[in-house]
Amino acid sequence: MSVLRELGESFVSFLRILGDMALFLLRLVMYTPRGLLRFRLVVHQVHNTGALSLVIIMISGLFVGMVLALQGFDLLARFNSEDALGTAAALALIKELGPVVTALLFAGRAGTALASEIGLMKATEQLSAMEMMAVDPMRRVVLPRFLGGVIAMPLLVAIFTAIGIFGAWLVGVVMMGVDAGSFWSQMQANVSGDEIFEGVFKSVVFGIAASLIAVYEGYRAWPTAEGVGRATTRTVVLTAVSVLILDYMITAALL
Amino acid sequence: MGTLRADRGDRPLVEIRGLGFRRGAVKVFDGLDLDIQHGRVTAIMGSSGAGKTTLLRMITGQLRPDAGSVRVGPYDVATLSVDRLYEMRRNIGMLFQNGALLTDLDVFENVAFPLREHTRLPERLIRHIVLTKLEAVGLRGAARLLPQALSGGMARRVALARAVVMDPDLLIYDEPFVGLDPISMGVVVRLIRRLNEALGITSIVISHDIHELRDVSDHSFLLGDGRVIGEGAHRELMASEAPLVRQFMHGEADGPVAFHYPAPDYADDLFGPESRG
Repeated sequence: MSVLRELGESFVSFLRILGDMALFLLRLVMYTPRGLLRFRLVVHQVHNTGALSLVIIMISGLFVGMVLALQGFDLLARFNSEDALGTAAALALIKELGPVVTALLFAGRAGTALASEIGLMKATEQLSAMEMMAVDPMRRVVLPRFLGGVIAMPLLVAIFTAIGIFGAWLVGVVMMGVDAGSFWSQMQANVSGDEIFEGVFKSVVFGIAASLIAVYEGYRAWPTAEGVGRATTRTVVLTAVSVLILDYMITAALL
Repeated sequence: MGTLRADRGDRPLVEIRGLGFRRGAVKVFDGLDLDIQHGRVTAIMGSSGAGKTTLLRMITGQLRPDAGSVRVGPYDVATLSVDRLYEMRRNIGMLFQNGALLTDLDVFENVAFPLREHTRLPERLIRHIVLTKLEAVGLRGAARLLPQALSGGMARRVALARAVVMDPDLLIYDEPFVGLDPISMGVVVRLIRRLNEALGITSIVISHDIHELRDVSDHSFLLGDGRVIGEGAHRELMASEAPLVRQFMHGEADGPVAFHYPAPDYADDLFGPESRG
């Protein structure tokens, strides 16, 4: 019985967090029109989160593309269809690997930075000080960081995907000797607008999820060193799990 | 002149009546009454845990009381909407214990922060105001330093400049003397007095540093048992014969506030059944 009760309690607390997060998102959405008027704050945060993640995104994109070409070549060679390597790599990167891996890397680099920054501002009473200066920290601190993350994510996904395709070309064409003409022309012929839309849509949804979790965890963190540490860990874990679940749901819905 | 002083009349600036507040099972306040008069430096003293910071949060509307009323100028704090609360706070400056400077902005931008958020003043005027306030706390030369590069005393002076940058009617200091070296302490003591007189504002100092308060306060309240247990000029409190007031003002280890936290019998604890494992 006690196991059942514990399960029930943790399910209720999960629902409570989910509800709280939904309300939190609703507040952010309501503040967004006025938040966008102070565009300089948002641009600053796009630069912050984007620049933070850029190098790891680029390196990871390159190697993911390279390994994809390696595995793809090995598989396609069994069916004598190496020429399809360009299409295979591009589709995998645009529809799946680009958005998912970028979101996971974003959570580990920018998400943790956002959560710990907001958590520390809370622990050092900076957020209380703002409230005492009649400045709402939700609008001044949380919203620009959230919007910055939401805008930065699709840009990072685009960079990841482009570099990934370059990596696939490097291994497939330069190293393995796949014909460059068929690599590019098959890619052009077979990657449709719908498929690019799927990738862009995923990157926007993951951007919202990853940024929301990071700012929410930071804002709700206990104002202690331990609380901030826990918030950053939860940011990574929660983002990873929700991105993978969302990925399945979006793919299933769009197929 | 801000809105807090607008309908001044003879009423005190802050009027607290029958304040009640509990935290779990503990009664923090039980029917507390307190008035803070215009233009003075009022000290609110009490031992750790007496509810000084909680009282401050009630005055600024960060906490709402369970019973009673808190009025600041024309505002009935307990019933204010968020917009009205922010309107009231624009007329209140507050100095946090650790300064609470924004760590991603330098000293100049920290002081300019409320001006940039609440006004549309031209950059030249903002610069003029900020430099004037920094000069008043002696840190104009530190304008481009980041908060991380400041000592504790300097950070508190910057926070003080920020607290007065909007020309508030009421200035609240939360434990302004904690952790300062003697020189910084002297500077802060002088600043509290000087600002109060120069700006013609009302100041509330929350502290338990009796000696520093002697040089700063016009009027003092001593909190204990959820009420005001003593009030008057510092000298009068020092001379008070009431046991609780006396114990606090003279720092006696034992008295009505017991040295020992409630515990079972000492001999039982040492040699009773538990000691034999």
